[in-house]
Amino acid sequence: MSVLVVGASAAGLTTVEALRRKGFREPITVLGAEWHPPYDRPPLSKQFLCGDWDEARTRLPPEAMLSALEADFVLGDPAVALDGRTVRTASGRVLSADTVVIATGLTPRRLPGPELEGLHVLRTLDDAAALRKDLVEAQRVVVVGDGVLGCEIAATARKLGLPVTMAGPQAVPLEGQLGPMVGGLLAELHRSEGVELRLGTAVTGLTDVDGRVSGVQLADGDVLPADVVVVALGAVPTTDWLEGSGLRIDNGVVCDAYCRAADGVYAAGDVARWPHEDSLLRLENRTNATEQALCVAANILGETQPYRPIPYFWTDQFSTKIQVHGRPSADADVTIAEGNVADRFVAHYRRDGRIVGVLGWNAPKQTRQHREHLVQA
Amino acid sequence: MKIIVDQDKCVASGQCVTAAADVFDQRDEDGIVVLLTDNPPDDLAADVHQAAAVCPALAILVED
Ligand SMILES: Cc1cc2nc3c(=O)[nH]c(=O)nc-3n(C[C@H](O)[C@H](O)[C@H](O)COP(=O)(O)OP(=O)(O)OC[C@H]3O[C@@H](n4cnc5c(N)ncnc54)[C@H](O)[C@@H]3O)c2cc1C
Ligand code: SF4
Repeated sequence: MSVLVVGASAAGLTTVEALRRKGFREPITVLGAEWHPPYDRPPLSKQFLCGDWDEARTRLPPEAMLSALEADFVLGDPAVALDGRTVRTASGRVLSADTVVIATGLTPRRLPGPELEGLHVLRTLDDAAALRKDLVEAQRVVVVGDGVLGCEIAATARKLGLPVTMAGPQAVPLEGQLGPMVGGLLAELHRSEGVELRLGTAVTGLTDVDGRVSGVQLADGDVLPADVVVVALGAVPTTDWLEGSGLRIDNGVVCDAYCRAADGVYAAGDVARWPHEDSLLRLENRTNATEQALCVAANILGETQPYRPIPYFWTDQFSTKIQVHGRPSADADVTIAEGNVADRFVAHYRRDGRIVGVLGWNAPKQTRQHREHLVQA
Repeated sequence: MKIIVDQDKCVASGQCVTAAADVFDQRDEDGIVVLLTDNPPDDLAADVHQAAAVCPALAILVED
């Protein structure tokens, strides 16, 4: 039985590692769109972007471990079509296997308009290297986006000493995800570290001079001047290559509870959507990529494990570490379960009286200890 | 079995503790991983490998 993994990143690599660890000795091919050996994304907005880590530190498994996987890596050649369990690539390769794993992640949203110098998105190592290079010489940075990634980029740019403005539609950062209380604390944190917040107003476009971005236009008519603009308005599942595959594509590759999209076809990571509680869920975080890939590997080898994670993500902004377990939401009731908001705390998010999420602010260990409320729930 | 943790890479998620609480712990102040033993008994091997596998920062290295 052969396995073909499409997408050579967190979810794809973890699938391969888990298959090998479980004793699978048949051929594995890993197809990746990028030329780089597999690397990890979370450092791209943090340690790599600020220059503390070089490219080598972002590598997923070190070189020696990569070759120990005895997989055939085909890099720099994106899949362009899937027919049954046969993949066609941009360069014309045709790869078939008994099992195909789809792990192609996300593609960042961009603002409509031409490509401009100084205009960036951040998803790949190349994106991060290009942004890093521009930040070194930047005069004034605007981050368009008030989600996790926007906040992290703003924090890193401040750390580099740059004047930074964050623009976005929400009243406070991450309000839609974490609610007004934590959003308010984030706004305060960013303001106290010198980030200028222009929130609550939609971004309507960009201004440019001689092919270089010169500012960000807001719905209220203001223009925020900038020579570097980073657009962090979320990302969409990379499923364009699956058009015509017959798979159900609806905000991701729709799977069953076992991460199976069709007979012998699985999906894992940011690109996968599966039935969870009473709806379809898709998660965009690092632990999901790992945990879902472990589940896929087990199911490829004949187990029937339903995928039922307790979602988890972390984000580091300035020296604040935030940990989120479960599924908090903006409409949940938030109470402080431990600590105090001025310093470090653990908060519970409740819906219909049930704890649905646990959030930690500078309290990673204590927050994990509250995770059991979600296990019992 | 030998375990090496990279505290600089660790993101304080605590997944390792959930997987193998006899081997891993977190610092109270910042959640960074601490190794309780770098050479645990063999019956914990499966848990330790699981901890390394679920670590979202690839901060745990296990040598058999
Ligand atoms: C800058 C940044 C910071 C982040 N920080 C955090 C964090 O602090 N905490 C957290 O929990 N999560 C974080 N995340 C999210 C986390 O990195 C992702 O959830 C994780 O990378 C998902 O892994 P994946 O393998 O599903 O997808 P990806 O990592 O996106 O990998 C998909 C791979 O597929 C390849 N590919 C795409 N199309 C094709 C094709 N047609 N053919 C072949 N290959 C293809 C891509 O090149 C890519 O290598 C961050 C993400 C980014 C971008
Ligand atoms: S699982 Fe990894 S990142 Fe999380 S606490 Fe343990 S070593 Fe650190």
